[in-house]
Amino acid sequence: MRIKKHPILEFGEQTKIHFTYNGKKMYGYIGDTVASALHALGIRRLSDSIKLKRPRGFYCAIGNCASCNMVVNDVPNVRTCITELEDGMIVKTQEGKGNVYETF
Amino acid sequence: MFMKHFRLIIIGGGPAGLSAAKIAAESGVKSLIIERDFKLGGQLVKQTHMFFGSEKQYAKTRGINIAKILINDVEQNINMITVMKNTTVVGLYEDNVLTVLQGETYTKISFDSLVVATGASEKFLAFENNDLPGIYGAGAVQTLMNVHGVLPGEKVVMIGSGNIGLIVSYQLLQAGVNVLKVLEAAPTIGGYKVHASKLKRLGVDILTNHSIKKAIGKDKLEKILVSELDDKWEFIEGSEFEIETDALCISVGLSPMGNLLSMIGAEMKYISKLGGLVPVIDHHHETTIKNIYVAGDVCGVEEASSAIVEGYLTGLLVSERLGFRHKDFDNLYDDYNSQLDNLRSGPFGVRTLEGLQELRGERNVK
Repeated sequence: MRIKKHPILEFGEQTKIHFTYNGKKMYGYIGDTVASALHALGIRRLSDSIKLKRPRGFYCAIGNCASCNMVVNDVPNVRTCITELEDGMIVKTQEGKGNVYETF
Repeated sequence: MFMKHFRLIIIGGGPAGLSAAKIAAESGVKSLIIERDFKLGGQLVKQTHMFFGSEKQYAKTRGINIAKILINDVEQNINMITVMKNTTVVGLYEDNVLTVLQGETYTKISFDSLVVATGASEKFLAFENNDLPGIYGAGAVQTLMNVHGVLPGEKVVMIGSGNIGLIVSYQLLQAGVNVLKVLEAAPTIGGYKVHASKLKRLGVDILTNHSIKKAIGKDKLEKILVSELDDKWEFIEGSEFEIETDALCISVGLSPMGNLLSMIGAEMKYISKLGGLVPVIDHHHETTIKNIYVAGDVCGVEEASSAIVEGYLTGLLVSERLGFRHKDFDNLYDDYNSQLDNLRSGPFGVRTLEGLQELRGERNVK
């Protein structure tokens, strides 16, 4: 969900960009992080805890807590809260600690 | 092997780091700012509220606009200030060398002097299921809303009534989110009365002596269990009640991020009044490791206004030590110190002053 009206901030007309999330086509806007775009689409579960597989979401937004780590363009453990969304990005949920090269 | 070298490296492109780079440039010192985010400005970029303090620290200006001023100051100085964004410092070594990670590339860079301006991170709170999606740091929600225009949920509960908790609650209302309750474990509201009154006028309940006992939900937050606390901060049996909510913000203070300083072996002290573990520093803002300086929240959690002034002061001092004395050194030195004294003269400033005395060993806490 995105802010529609705000007394101070102007979000105005934004430029839509596309990316895939676990193979599904999604969209966000220029200026989004990967995490903010997913959150806006209602996707709150960004990762699973390594041992107990508990669902984890966005927590700190400063690249500190690791609960938003995902695989982006085949690179695991990407801190999606401080990663700018780019057109054509391939975003996936990570399995465990992630593999060094997901595509190998 | 060829290694890049900078006379001055500043870790962190927030208010303290940007200000330090500006004054260093004015003094004639070229610097490199390393920032792990993809943009400069630190946490100012989400602060839509107007600042207190005096005109010199941009009072009555919104944080988002202060960020623009500070970023512009740096960008005007491209001959003197180099900026590396999307870059995380992962190693700091005794021979004045850093390892940085940018994308998937590790690089070593050396320096003569280093200013660590890494800021602080939000504290977490221990309760059952505190890792459910939908539980956020209050500052993180501020970023989500005010930077990206994304709402955290429909019905929010805020834990903590310090200034951040109160301000973010108000900003949630501005963004159109329903703030159900603010819970405060202490018997009194932590932040400024003016912020609390604004919320109360808009019908938001601030419940003192209350805290969260557990979060409930399957894949995301659905409900929380709240309990009253007695005067020893223990849950009162039988006082529990549930609140249906899809977003919980945790605003229970900040911890200085001095991990790099601990890594290099700088002497650290736990000073509760400064937010936690902070480096021992001298009057030049130098740590116990020669040529490593600190500025901003990393050496004691305060407001962004103080971080800006500390940045200026540290930039001034570090440049002088490097042999580049600012042409207006004496005036600026006095001015920055008096600005810091002013900022620390309010009711919250006393805490900082006492914390700093404790850090310098001038005050016995026991």
